[in-house]
Amino acid sequence: MSFPLLTVTAALPAVGAVATAAVPAARRTAAKWSALLFSLATLVLAAVVLARFDPDGGRYQLTESHAWIADFGVRYELGVDGIGAVMIALTALLIPFVVAAGWHDADPGEERPSSRWRPTQGFFALILAVEAMVIVSFAATDVFLFYIFFEAMLIPMYFLIGGFGDRAHAAGEDEGAKQRSYAAVKFLLYNLAGGLIMLAAVVGLYAVTADQLGTGTFSLQQIAEARSSGELTMATTTERLLFLGFFVAFAIKAPLWPVHTWLPNAMGEATAPVAVLITAVVDKVGTFAMLRFCLGLFPGASDWATPVVIALALVSILYGALLAVGQRDIKRLVAYASISHFGFIILGIFAMTSQGQGGATLYMVFHGISTAALMLVAGFLISRRGSRLIADFGGVQKVAPVLAGTFLVGGLATLSLPGLAPFVSEFLVLVGTFSRYPVAGIVATAGIILAALYVLLLYQRTMTGPVKRPEIEKMPDLRARELAVAVPLVALLVVLGLFPKPLTEIVNPAVEHTMSDVKKTDPKPQRPVAEHGWFDYKPARHSGGEHE
Amino acid sequence: MSALVAAGGVPGLWTLADGQKLQAPDIEYGKLSPTLIVLGAAAVGVVLEAFLPRRSRHVAQVFLALLGLAAAFAAVVGLAASGAGSTKAQIAGMGALAVDGPALFLQGTILLVGIVGVITFAERRLEPRAHGAPVDSFAAQPASVPGGEGEQMAVKAGWTTSEVFPLLLFAVGGMLLFPAANDLLLLFIALEVFSLPLYLLCALARRRRLLSQEAAVKYFLLGAFSSAFLLFGTALLYGYAGTVSYSGIARVVSGADATTDPVLAQTTGNDALLLIGGALVVMGLLFKVGAVPFHMWTPDVYQGAPTPVTGFMAAATKVAAFGALLRLLYVVLPGLRWDWRPVMWGVAILTMLAGAVVAITQTDIKRLLAYSSIAHAGFLLVGTIATSKDGISSVLFYLGAYSFVTLGAFSVVTLVRDAGGEATHLSKWAGLGRRSPLLAGVFAVFLLAFAGIPLTSGFAGKFAVFKAAAEGGAGALVVVGVIASAIAAFFYLRVIVLMFFSEPRADGPSVAVPSVLTSSAIAVGVVVTIVLGVAPQYFLELAGHAGVFVR
Repeated sequence: MSFPLLTVTAALPAVGAVATAAVPAARRTAAKWSALLFSLATLVLAAVVLARFDPDGGRYQLTESHAWIADFGVRYELGVDGIGAVMIALTALLIPFVVAAGWHDADPGEERPSSRWRPTQGFFALILAVEAMVIVSFAATDVFLFYIFFEAMLIPMYFLIGGFGDRAHAAGEDEGAKQRSYAAVKFLLYNLAGGLIMLAAVVGLYAVTADQLGTGTFSLQQIAEARSSGELTMATTTERLLFLGFFVAFAIKAPLWPVHTWLPNAMGEATAPVAVLITAVVDKVGTFAMLRFCLGLFPGASDWATPVVIALALVSILYGALLAVGQRDIKRLVAYASISHFGFIILGIFAMTSQGQGGATLYMVFHGISTAALMLVAGFLISRRGSRLIADFGGVQKVAPVLAGTFLVGGLATLSLPGLAPFVSEFLVLVGTFSRYPVAGIVATAGIILAALYVLLLYQRTMTGPVKRPEIEKMPDLRARELAVAVPLVALLVVLGLFPKPLTEIVNPAVEHTMSDVKKTDPKPQRPVAEHGWFDYKPARHSGGEHE
Repeated sequence: MSALVAAGGVPGLWTLADGQKLQAPDIEYGKLSPTLIVLGAAAVGVVLEAFLPRRSRHVAQVFLALLGLAAAFAAVVGLAASGAGSTKAQIAGMGALAVDGPALFLQGTILLVGIVGVITFAERRLEPRAHGAPVDSFAAQPASVPGGEGEQMAVKAGWTTSEVFPLLLFAVGGMLLFPAANDLLLLFIALEVFSLPLYLLCALARRRRLLSQEAAVKYFLLGAFSSAFLLFGTALLYGYAGTVSYSGIARVVSGADATTDPVLAQTTGNDALLLIGGALVVMGLLFKVGAVPFHMWTPDVYQGAPTPVTGFMAAATKVAAFGALLRLLYVVLPGLRWDWRPVMWGVAILTMLAGAVVAITQTDIKRLLAYSSIAHAGFLLVGTIATSKDGISSVLFYLGAYSFVTLGAFSVVTLVRDAGGEATHLSKWAGLGRRSPLLAGVFAVFLLAFAGIPLTSGFAGKFAVFKAAAEGGAGALVVVGVIASAIAAFFYLRVIVLMFFSEPRADGPSVAVPSVLTSSAIAVGVVVTIVLGVAPQYFLELAGHAGVFVR
């Protein structure tokens, strides 16, 4: 029995959540430090996971398997492939920044309704609880286990969105609380509806496996084995219905147009660190699950749905980018930009090429880091001015050059400037899409142009020009804590932009497994490609024939 | 029975055939001990009421009730351990009672619910002391006119209605018989034995007595209708089969039993009687379950009854009635499966959707929980319709999980009070999460369990019934169930939003500090909710082993 590394990695933040919640009401600072230390310790463990993961080893590594609810055919099965390991690392990496950036977000105001009201402890405990649940979701190789944490995650997120907002709200205190509660409910209803649709599909999956294998199972590996040995064959209609059940849930989570509308509300009303938690961490579970569960469990149906999904992804890319251009609110702008980026991720996944899927996986990581950089710095900016409206700013770079500089790098990463990490992933997604769906690739490129527009306009309006308002004149530059958040994120964007290779090496074999799940090989290039550039991205198996 | 039948074949009670002796009925006292203990304790409780001085009744009654219920529960566990629930399942009491897995599982559940019920009934810390004496949620003198002189005198004298404990015991006794009844007559008797005390208990609220009495009258009238349906159906089924025993009717339905009673020669085997009779009996049971369209009483009664009674009734009645419904459908009418399944499909869909949709508009927490209980009855029906062993055990598990969430939720409702007693209007719950985070958090756990969020017992239960239904080929029902869950989630969440995200009102309610009694009832609810959510395997197995009816 080997050391249950994944369980411990997931359990540590859960323990941290309990410990943080138990800190007495008066010791707020202790709660903050407890959360920070637990999240850093989790980061160490996640690094160990990444280090122990052998890219050339088996598909799922660090596996654990225990009986759990035998009556439902459910096992407690954990294991990571390259994609899962990288996503766990991303999660563990971002949480300390979220905690540090949200240091003062949950300090209680003047009046305290009760001596037992402990918002600070609650805020940080909820963040750690989300982290624990996200890690289990990334590590679960049992569909039911995944489902449970995929759903349960909504509850702490709901309280984080609804319970904590920016202190100053443009529309006033009461109206702010109302909008926040609306956003939280919208978030929960959308995701819960998706989750319940998925529940029907999960039940259906059990019925199918129980019918054909004798005992129902949710184990990915068991299902894959039964599939390849021919024991388990799904009728086409059944497979498509089950695929839809899973896909709708993940599309809402991701979010994909037209079920994206909860995201701008949630990200707009939540504090900046919580917004990062939503878009950079929790939403990634949706795109990750498309790769692992939709493609892995229902390859035939995934193939069937590809044209529609690609069309929806393209709409997401353009629609999100266009609406981002028109936003007046900084946080909502970043939310719409994220919708556009999720379109790219989903496009890459369903392009069904190794570059596309590898690119999509990298995209998940890099989008997480770049959005965190942009949004957290935007949060610092907003907290200084007490307003989220772009029009309330202007000329900030004169008074707070470091803030403006980090904001610019975050923004440039968002528009995929070459040299910064997101460029690598966006390029791979586009290349992967071009090789199979040239038209889709061309349309998606328009998203990049729009990205340049919304990012640069945002920077121009907030940071450049004369300082018009007295509030901005007095605006302090980044403090030590804020620098500790912004600088490492910006540095990561640069480093990973120049050296993405360690990540691609871990991700590539997992992508090949997924490709073989869906029985796809990369289309043959028209002209032989001599050597891929400095990404060192090996195109998978040129020997295979064209699909279909 | 043969001993009582005279030589000519005509039944006669007083004429015995030559050489025959009247035999004493053969009762398996050991097998029936749980029910006997509870009813015995109830009878002793009545005697205590008559002979003990007023001052010492409360303690004595609580002690007796807890002792009786605990002893009965021990008896159930003992029977189950001896294999009475599985290998040695048998029909006892001269064919009138089944002692088998489902019966013992449900009896155990009802007894535990009863114990928690007694604990909440006994709470005397919540109401402000009346003239120096601690009082509970029940009227000082229920017979006096509300607001009249008699009431004032009774309050002044510090009287309390300690009769509630024997009444609860009688109700529990009837409920123990109800899912075990293997004979339509005993089913009817059990129904009356547990219903009549409940009608009374509903009328005993200390506050808002008129509302409480109205609820009781409504419950009684509609309950009387349902009893009449049940009895009428019984008569028709007797006409059809010539017997009221479950196995006897099932044999006639399946055509295995060709011997007909000459008196009933004209009606025996008449399918019209079977269909109408079966439908009427099922209607009677659906009424007790609170299924649409027989649900009208639920919101009014839940709202009007004293909250501890509501909690007890909501949990225990549902358990008992679903037990009886399961046995009826699985033992008596399996041969009619193709006739009743479409109807029950309709009832289940209506119940789930109507319960969930109407609950959205509710503004009173007790009415909201009432409609939620209707929606849950729908989910339970989904499991019932599966007609498989999995279906039975999923319903058993769901009932166990649901009843403790319900008890816990209603116990929380008793704590939120203002000057007028319990503050049940939803607007008064605004901001509760800021004033007393612990209580609101606990209530949120119960609401999440009702909504079926993973890691709570509600999810495990919901998954179990949906799984059974999907395997039984009722995939469409699962889809409707999922839609209803999504609608239901909305109103559970609305309460959570209200508690945590709204500003507290200046004139808002205060949270009463309960004694160890209510606290422990709530704690039991929370623990069961989370244990059944995180590690349900043991209990699923228990329900799985209990999933076979003896015939």
